[in-house]
Amino acid sequence: MTVIAGRPRVTVAVFPGTWSERDFAHVAESVLDWEARLVWHTDADLGSPDAVVLPGGFAHGDHLRTGAIARFSPIMGSVERFAAAGGPVIGSCNGFQVLTEAGMLPGALMRNDHLEFRCGWQWLRVEHAGATRAWLGDLADGELIRLPISHGEGRYVADPATLNALERDGRVALRYSDAGGSVGPGSNPNVSERGIAGIVNERGNVLGLMPHPERAAEAEVGGTDGLRLFRSLERWLQEQPAAAERRL
Amino acid sequence: MHWRAEVHVALRPGIADPEGQTIGSALRSLGYASVSEVRSGRLMRIAFEADDHAAAQAAVEEMCRRLLANPVMETASWDLRADEQQDADEAMP
Repeated sequence: MTVIAGRPRVTVAVFPGTWSERDFAHVAESVLDWEARLVWHTDADLGSPDAVVLPGGFAHGDHLRTGAIARFSPIMGSVERFAAAGGPVIGSCNGFQVLTEAGMLPGALMRNDHLEFRCGWQWLRVEHAGATRAWLGDLADGELIRLPISHGEGRYVADPATLNALERDGRVALRYSDAGGSVGPGSNPNVSERGIAGIVNERGNVLGLMPHPERAAEAEVGGTDGLRLFRSLERWLQEQPAAAERRL
Repeated sequence: MHWRAEVHVALRPGIADPEGQTIGSALRSLGYASVSEVRSGRLMRIAFEADDHAAAQAAVEEMCRRLLANPVMETASWDLRADEQQDADEAMP
């Protein structure tokens, strides 16, 4: 195993209307002692990061559709190239919406079925940690984690063929559940298809999820399950010779 | 030439439309008991220039495909007309 020299470097994309970028940077810098760099959406230079974060918020006011305008920002071409080269990318909340609009993940996020904005703690069942070792490598299939959700448009939709392919290929990473791990109408906060809370791309390096791991990284705020995604990434990076070579 | 396109973006059949359903129940609660369905959508009026009708059609089609509608859950249709008034205004000395 090659051990990377230096701290993980994460680039956090910032669009007009993004609101979670400082939370991600805070977790990276103050909780994990990583390097975090905020990059404005008109800047196509990601700065050679180890991972890229598309944070939550309301990019471009969510006008037209969530993520529809953000996907054309100059930074997104760089994010797509970074992902195509195998770089780990996480899109949380609005970031997930941007990833689907950009075609980096299938499906779409639509207005919650009940039209309410939902903000609170949500149980999630890890469906297939192996789908993305980079982001869920420290978690086990069937394990329950608790993360905050905060969205009005998080209802995951896709046509049945796409949903079946996601299930067949083990790309449904997270589902909404109750505290006992049951998935069903009572635990689905936005009436997403099949309770889907997070999916990964075919290669397994791009994760989109509606919950906010960055808001559950310190016990003081009510939970630390989100930190486990970051720890997964840290361990994964240490196991990647390519990441070490990029730094030399 | 100047053109005006009226683009209608609608949800695909079978895609749940909670906004339309809520509007429908509001109408029924106002006494319009016969209302059986409301589907919501978006209307955009776009003024632009193109050399001819074919180019204008192609431009609107491309706008819809690239940005205005998401084919995962939406369809787009449009009415296109030449903006003769605008052309005449600009032709005036």
